[in-house]
Amino acid sequence: MSPAITHVTLAANEASEHRGLIITLFALFVLATLGITVWAGRQTKDAADFYAGGRQFSAFQNGLAVSGDYMSAASFLGIAGAIALFGYDGFLYSIGFLVAWLVALLLVAEPLRNSGRYTMGDVLAYRMRQRPVRTAAGTSTIVVSIFYLLAQMAGAGVLVSLLLGITSDAGKILIVALVGVLMIVYVSIGGMKGTTWVQMVKAVLLIGGTILITFLVLLKFNFNISDLLGQAAENSGKGAAFLEPGLQYGANGTTKLDFISLGIALVLGTAGLPHILIRFYTVPNAKAARKSVNWAIGIIGGFYLMTIALGFGAAALISQDEIIASNPSGNTAAPLLALHLGGVDSAWGAILLATISAVAFATILAVVAGLTLASSSSFAHDIYANVIRKGKATEKEEMRAARWATVLIGIVSIALGALARDLNVAGLVALAFAVAASANLPTILYSLFWKRFTTQGALWSIYGGLIVAVGLVLFSPVVSGDPKAMFPDVDFAWFPLKNPGIISIPFGFLMGWLGTVLSKEEPDAKKFAELEVRSLTGTGAH
Amino acid sequence: MAAEAPPPSTGQHKLPTPEEFTEVQESAEFGELRRSYRSFAFPLTIAFIAWYLLYVLLSNYAGGFMGAKLFGNINVAFVFGVLQFVTTFLIAWWYSRHAAAKLDPKAEAIKTRMEGGA
Repeated sequence: MSPAITHVTLAANEASEHRGLIITLFALFVLATLGITVWAGRQTKDAADFYAGGRQFSAFQNGLAVSGDYMSAASFLGIAGAIALFGYDGFLYSIGFLVAWLVALLLVAEPLRNSGRYTMGDVLAYRMRQRPVRTAAGTSTIVVSIFYLLAQMAGAGVLVSLLLGITSDAGKILIVALVGVLMIVYVSIGGMKGTTWVQMVKAVLLIGGTILITFLVLLKFNFNISDLLGQAAENSGKGAAFLEPGLQYGANGTTKLDFISLGIALVLGTAGLPHILIRFYTVPNAKAARKSVNWAIGIIGGFYLMTIALGFGAAALISQDEIIASNPSGNTAAPLLALHLGGVDSAWGAILLATISAVAFATILAVVAGLTLASSSSFAHDIYANVIRKGKATEKEEMRAARWATVLIGIVSIALGALARDLNVAGLVALAFAVAASANLPTILYSLFWKRFTTQGALWSIYGGLIVAVGLVLFSPVVSGDPKAMFPDVDFAWFPLKNPGIISIPFGFLMGWLGTVLSKEEPDAKKFAELEVRSLTGTGAH
Repeated sequence: MAAEAPPPSTGQHKLPTPEEFTEVQESAEFGELRRSYRSFAFPLTIAFIAWYLLYVLLSNYAGGFMGAKLFGNINVAFVFGVLQFVTTFLIAWWYSRHAAAKLDPKAEAIKTRMEGGA
């Protein structure tokens, strides 16, 4: 216990000594992005500007922004930490998160761009009865986004407390509130244009920072990856097992099943994440949407390959005690690695630590902005304009509703984020992926490709997938009955897996089918003809 | 079957009528575009998901095989993981090439005719 405590204080002192530098870099990023936001806000005149950035971003710009939207704190801090602690098992996240993009590329991005306007609900409700389906789509968009938001908020709290040496509850709540206020400002003023530019800047910073750290790690090992892995295995104290599957999930049959469940949720979740889907509306046409996914696959793939160097580099150069003492889930392994690469007591080390920490902040801010935009767009466009006002709201009224929804969602996230500040970050992100894959993906695919699909099928698959995914997590070890759970002191966890995907995703697909074959109404053949022709040819897309 | 309610106006372009959409949907030309897309995208999706699941299952249940060292400290598991990256890049490139050569021209032709003709 005592060496761990020494390390904590070491890391904390180290951080607080250079607090000034970290805060300066962070403030620079905030000022620059606020400048962008104000500039973007002046150019945001109509709903297409606010929701879709005027649809004038190039494929490369959008690819960069998609990457900035996707590579969250869970990717950067979480994966590096998971590899640093569990070796090879942490690598699964990188692979699942990347392969998932092929689902988006092959099945979703282009048809969505061709047939929708602003939200995921546009496509889901296209040939259905508008009000019930838009209500369902809006609900699942907001639920997925809020879970994802909570994870980022909790991540911000963890990061700040460790890097700035703020450990008091009041300090953490203050940081969560600051993140919340910034995201309200970004989104309500800058809309999609401002958010896109913030995400592009963040993507460049994150990739730049990661390349730098990767280069420094590889330099230490003369660019010999085998040596890097060897030292990581040795330094981790686990030997060859560190480089093999099974350290985190190999314990028994249940954990192995959990691994499969996680793997399925990761690969099927991405193409159902609303904040990712709305990014495809920001380019002029489907061809540009395809190209932006290709850019994103290249950028994200390159980034995840570098997480190997980050994670194993941290394992090779820092003791496991120090990583765990700094954060039990390893979330601070990447910043710690930066510190060690520069030299623990040197100015260079301090500069590297500050830089990587500022990059991590930028990462969180850009992702929360994307999530807030997705949920407020869906609220304003799906629920307010099409359900409450039955399609009679003017563009001005709709945009006003979106801005108010942004403020409301921001406040809710601050409140929940303050409550969730000590929760398990990874569990929340995996839940968001599982819900997206269970509730959204089946409905998107059925809508686009299955002629017979009906309103009842859409409702059953959205609500069925949503309720089962969230319900199973509620009764899983993520929430109770485990020392690392949200409520460790009570135990109502009768569902043994941490990730519900293996049950809830097939269930979502099953309900969509069942709801359809049991429904009394005939599918609208004309609307399907319209949707199919539009989605494949881009006729009438704007 | 008949949709008497007019579709909510979704475009400021002059949109083809529902009858025109149905007509195009049933045309041989559109049928070929649909086949050309689906016969490429659907099997490929099943293939890459199967390939990914194989990797997940081997990681779970074939520890000995995955742990076998190939050279230095590089084992089968590591190579398998990196191969997932490689195949992802290749499939993205392959699909984009197929789309540009086989899908875009057909889609463009139909779109131009529908938007210009009516």
